[in-house]
Amino acid sequence: MATATVAVARPLAGGRRSDLRSIMFAGVLWACLAAACIFLFFVLAVIVQKGVERFDVNLVTRPPSTIRPQTAGVEPAIYGTLWVIGMTALIALPLGIGAAIYLEEYANPRRWYNRLIELNVQNLAAVPAIIYGILTLAFVVRGPISIGAVALAGAIALALLILPVIIITTREALRAVPAEIRSGSLALGATRWQTTWKLVLPSAVPGIATGSILALSRAIGEAAPLILVGATTFITFLPDGPMSRYTVLPVQIYNLVPQDRDAFRDLAYAAILLLIVILLAMNALAIWLRNRYQRRW
Amino acid sequence: MSPVERVSVTTSQPEQYGRVSAPELHLEVRQLDMPSLAAESVMTARDLSVYYGDFLAVHDVDLQFGNREITALIGPSGCGKSTVLRCLNRMNDLIVGARVDGSVSYHGVDIYGPDVDVIEVRRRIGMVFQKPNPFPKSIYDNVAYGPRVTGMKVANMDDTVEHALRSAALWDEVKDKLRQNAYGLSGGQQQRLCIARAIATQPEVILMDEPCSSLDPIATAKIEDLMHTLASEFTIIIVTHNMQQAARVSQRTAFFTAEADEQGNRIGKLIEFDDTAKIFSNPAKRATEDYISGRFG
Amino acid sequence: MGIQLKARRRRVGERVIEAVLAGAAGLSVLVTVGIVVSLFAPLGTFFAHVNPFEFLFGTEWTAAFGNKASWDDKKWGVLPLVAATFMTTLIALAVAVPLGLGTAMFLSEYASQRARKVLKPLLEVLAGVPTVVYGFIALTAVTPLLKPLFGIPELYNMLAPGIVMGFMIVPTVASLSEDAMSAVPSALRQGSYALGANRMKTTLRVVFPAALSGIMAAIVLGISRAIGETMIMAVAVGNLAQLTFDPRQPAQTMTAFIAQIASGDAPVGSPVYYSLFAVGALLFVITLVMNLVSIQLVRKFRQAY
Repeated sequence: MATATVAVARPLAGGRRSDLRSIMFAGVLWACLAAACIFLFFVLAVIVQKGVERFDVNLVTRPPSTIRPQTAGVEPAIYGTLWVIGMTALIALPLGIGAAIYLEEYANPRRWYNRLIELNVQNLAAVPAIIYGILTLAFVVRGPISIGAVALAGAIALALLILPVIIITTREALRAVPAEIRSGSLALGATRWQTTWKLVLPSAVPGIATGSILALSRAIGEAAPLILVGATTFITFLPDGPMSRYTVLPVQIYNLVPQDRDAFRDLAYAAILLLIVILLAMNALAIWLRNRYQRRW
Repeated sequence: MSPVERVSVTTSQPEQYGRVSAPELHLEVRQLDMPSLAAESVMTARDLSVYYGDFLAVHDVDLQFGNREITALIGPSGCGKSTVLRCLNRMNDLIVGARVDGSVSYHGVDIYGPDVDVIEVRRRIGMVFQKPNPFPKSIYDNVAYGPRVTGMKVANMDDTVEHALRSAALWDEVKDKLRQNAYGLSGGQQQRLCIARAIATQPEVILMDEPCSSLDPIATAKIEDLMHTLASEFTIIIVTHNMQQAARVSQRTAFFTAEADEQGNRIGKLIEFDDTAKIFSNPAKRATEDYISGRFG
Repeated sequence: MGIQLKARRRRVGERVIEAVLAGAAGLSVLVTVGIVVSLFAPLGTFFAHVNPFEFLFGTEWTAAFGNKASWDDKKWGVLPLVAATFMTTLIALAVAVPLGLGTAMFLSEYASQRARKVLKPLLEVLAGVPTVVYGFIALTAVTPLLKPLFGIPELYNMLAPGIVMGFMIVPTVASLSEDAMSAVPSALRQGSYALGANRMKTTLRVVFPAALSGIMAAIVLGISRAIGETMIMAVAVGNLAQLTFDPRQPAQTMTAFIAQIASGDAPVGSPVYYSLFAVGALLFVITLVMNLVSIQLVRKFRQAY
């Protein structure tokens, strides 16, 4: 994917006007990119400016309160986020990486059922998040499994949501390992699994880790599926287990929206700032991992 | 023991430039003694044909490989030499849509038979590839990989590794840096490492797919010398583009070429298979003679 | 000397591992089946009480009001929700397509390798901000800005969230379009320059048409993303299901309706509970069609080069 860095050919005719239009065109394009960047900075600036006021210790150590919002916090939501994301990772990573290994190392791409699985994964990656909430509501919260509106249900909803993304990014990381490595191993008498476990996976770990962290950071910011599975309760206790009722940061923020008092707005912005900080840290970690450990074959 | 002790090859430049004329090949053959010719047959291919999907790549090949002989497969590009080679250790199984007709026998057992363990096949019939493909591990771990994954009972792994590296004429160069990453070696050294790696599983046969084509002449010469030493212990089958190399190292030579069928598809065929001396001095088929004398290919 | 080449017992482990891995992959199919079942199974009950024709073409939607147990005191026309989804998507595209394509052209044809390394991740941050945050920003920061400009009567409207969602989708459109444009072989560009065209002409007349199916895939994916977006809509558009094409008015998208019902206290088995699945099924079908079209377009452009 090389960018064309060819010098612009000077036209022999139509000189000035063509040059001017060309420059204006480049300017328009640049402005498009600038507009997107300006918007991003605007958003971040608003968040920082309005959120920094309540960005204090109380934010992370106190529960939300309707009586005294000035000193309220979002501690239950932080605990809830930790529980839910932890379980999401435990569910989604083995399943996603396992599926990716099957599709990339074992599956014969000419067989129709393997192509169907591939198409299916691509489609699931673009299904709206709220649909995963409906799915989990129907089968896990109610329906056959019926565990109710507990943290595990939220984790399952998010795990199903990011599963296709993990499969896709893991496959890319596996594909980056050259075929000669596999050939060499198999020619020595290793089995497929030995080759995968001893050679391919270790080399693909940086790419897999990066993709997984990015997928989890997306899950942290999701609210819609969790609203569907019942994470909206205004709780003041700390969620303490998979079967506990819970809330997460994004949903807590959503709950703070209808509250009209300024103190609640400030609290909401502070919670948003906290969420953004966590996400930026995770993204930075992922990018650092990729730059530090990515092998160039 | 090889009946042909030494073959020297000289080429003379064409006398006139600007005219399409081939360098002439002079062969001096000194035969020392002629023990009984029929070396015990280790592998045979009978009526071997290979299809990639619907495309017939190579057709009706009959070959026999004798114990501790070096056999060269020569011919122009695209005539199925590598395809045939890959059949001998079932590496063609890994290519999606590849199908093999006919039989390949190892000590009388058809390696494509239903009860045959392909892992065992590959342990006994090793392979060295065109481009050196060491694993991203230490030199020691590269060599030890084969015995480890095939579960070989090894009294002392250090001894096994040393023996393999000595047999590959690499020990002296790496004995002080066994724990270093294999990628630090030069191209020629990496290829000898791959040879050591293949030897470590104590195979009976070693397949070599143009092992010197990505190496410089000095590294190539080292490996050709190595082949003579290896031939005292292993049966070697080598695919090579380099006729002179085939004449230098092998006792038997098989000449392949591609013929067009009615639809114009090019199908590989074995044209002639005989003692190297005979192929290069007095070939039976016209096509062989044309190739040897450089009229095509 | 018969060489035994029989398979060893160890190979059973291989089979088990392969089966487990295949199971993980097959799970994805199970997920799709689950989605379809969870969305379409309740429709039997829903359409037993509601006329499908009225559902698809009716212009009034009062599912959230009235007696919780009654089917008949409500209007079940889904068009207000669909119209709101359509309007917000349209506004988002009006922002995302020009900015996204412009950004993609800039990155692909004008920016240096170093600039791209910095700018691409920056764009990804735009896509990585949680959508509830965007909703909040739309409500509390953007709407007040737009109020005097456009004469927006109330707090809730479709314009501000639409614009914010548009910016959120820019990376989606830009990224896939840029992939498509970068995949155009430089031989085509060289040919154009050799004929005396400048960079602008080459970009517009050679690269853009060559990458067209990839660009269309990007736009279709952006549409799908916009249609399925929930939080921005739930926070900033309002929860008033009315059929209007005036972006300054509040409304309610399909996704926002689903979120509203789920976060309320609709008893299981009540009419409004069933309507959640009906709207969800409609949403799924629309985005499924979009996704399949996009996947096909991506295949076309990947094959071309």
